Amino acid sequence: MLGYIARRLLYLVPVWIGISILAFALSLIAPGDPARQVLQQGGIDAPSPEQVTAMRRELGLDQPGPVRYVRWLSSAVRGDLGRSIRTGEPVLQSLADRFPRTAVLALIAVTLGLLIAIPLGIISALFRESSLDQLARIGALVGASVPSFWLAYLLILLFAVRLRLLPVAGAAEPRNVILPALTLAIGAAASLTRLTRSAMLEELVQDYVRTARAKGLRERAVIVGHALRNALTAIVTVTGIRLAALLGGAVIVETIFAWPGIGKYVVDSIFNRDYPTIQGFVLFTGTIVLLVNLTVDVSYVWLDPRVRLGARNR
Amino acid sequence: MIGTKSRDTLAEAVADADALAPASSRPGVLRALLGHRTGVVGLVIVVVVALVALAAPLLAPDDPTRVDALRRLAPPSPDAPLGTDNLGRDILSRLIWGARLSLGTAGLAALLILTIGVGLGMIAGFYGGLLDDLLMRVVDVLLAFPALILALAIAGVLGPSIASVMIGIVTVAWADYARVMRGQVLAARERQYVEAARATGVRDARILARHLLPNVLPPILVLASLEMGGLILTISGLSFLGLGAQPPTPEWGAMLNDGRAFIGSAPQLMLFPGLAISIVVVGFNLLGDGLRDAFDPHLRD
Repeated sequence: MLGYIARRLLYLVPVWIGISILAFALSLIAPGDPARQVLQQGGIDAPSPEQVTAMRRELGLDQPGPVRYVRWLSSAVRGDLGRSIRTGEPVLQSLADRFPRTAVLALIAVTLGLLIAIPLGIISALFRESSLDQLARIGALVGASVPSFWLAYLLILLFAVRLRLLPVAGAAEPRNVILPALTLAIGAAASLTRLTRSAMLEELVQDYVRTARAKGLRERAVIVGHALRNALTAIVTVTGIRLAALLGGAVIVETIFAWPGIGKYVVDSIFNRDYPTIQGFVLFTGTIVLLVNLTVDVSYVWLDPRVRLGARNR
Repeated sequence: MIGTKSRDTLAEAVADADALAPASSRPGVLRALLGHRTGVVGLVIVVVVALVALAAPLLAPDDPTRVDALRRLAPPSPDAPLGTDNLGRDILSRLIWGARLSLGTAGLAALLILTIGVGLGMIAGFYGGLLDDLLMRVVDVLLAFPALILALAIAGVLGPSIASVMIGIVTVAWADYARVMRGQVLAARERQYVEAARATGVRDARILARHLLPNVLPPILVLASLEMGGLILTISGLSFLGLGAQPPTPEWGAMLNDGRAFIGSAPQLMLFPGLAISIVVVGFNLLGDGLRDAFDPHLRD
């Protein structure tokens, strides 16, 4: 078991280095001269060639790409992702300050999504082809097809503009989280309902379910204790992917609701061509996604005895 | 929304692809699709929207970029069936022309993604070795990211334009296909027809193009149809954020963005483009499910 976890950790190292190369490479494809930009941001509208050259040297831009990458990475592992061109603040600090907001939103949304999806998926599978099942499937299809940015405005129109029950945007009070979380939860619930249903359908026809029923277990125990338990691996996998995506910043929904998380922050940075922040964001979210993936992998140890016993080498 | 929605359908489709029979033994895929109730609905939606996109110059009642200060934010009327936007432009005409841009960019992006993903996946699977290792490490890195976030960063760094959005999405999305394709090729490589072709001295490139590709492509195409909806959502999402199509281009995501300020006073600005995106994505999702079932009836859910 420890060997399994160690192997997963070891596998993450090259992927993380790959992510750092990708994040760094963003600065290479960026049009325009960052040195000129820093000068202009500092109030010099038309910097002289000498000033630009001096700034390039100061920023280390006169060095070849690989040298700059190694410098950037070695600062990054020491917690220095550079300073924002826009605000002048340290990038890592700015991201870390905003991350809790993003995490709260993501956790509420995914929890809400699971609370809708698991019961609905199970009922849908148990009463296959019933009108309830049909309704759940149509709901899942529509939920997965409606763009989040449209759904967000439909909810704003209904709950904030017409009914005046909830605030439109911002994060001033706790209930501000409701509408963005609901928007994200509906999307998550749609795909998780579908998944729960098909995973349950797959399990319900297995021999062990028949055995469990034959030995006289109550239906509830058969479904929750046996079938759902086995379907859980798939559900956890997809939940992990969904959670990772939201923790990486629900860029669109955070922007719409002016929710001050890292997603909104990076969108603001993009429109200000704040490359150090965009780079730092990619490395930051990449790291978070890897950590979530690792957690999901470790959870298999608990969910699936075959992993624990080393029967499955993945 | 790709990243999430598409990834789990992808995981399903990959599992499905393994179960697919070789090409020769499935004669009636089209017939099976036509017998699939919801698949037909999807097909009809997609075909109708594609026709609207093609016939946009004939169908649109007005110039989609014509500004008319005298009829700003007008409600639906015979003159403008879906009303007008904040600059007095005809919303229906903008929607019809928007179909062109939305389907066109998604279609072109899909084509690029397929070409790159299938090509690199085939090379990795067929030759193996160092090249395979290297390509698959790149794939691992790209798949580690939620697709929207990386596409957003790339498009953002390149600067707002429809081309940036395409480059961002294609850079990220080929990885899925390369991985699936590689698996398919690895499995097919050991089959007799490939060995036979090799034994008779057929060149590698020819084996790949003439013998392997036709056999491994169908499941990839099913996968692509399942992913089209997600692709449209991502492109329109990035345009909504202002990274894609720029004003006055009629693009559905950008139209939604334009309508943000008027949500209370003139909701039609946001309602219709959102509805258009939803309908097209529903169409592609139904069609993708139908195609998957048509390829293998056992996988119906």
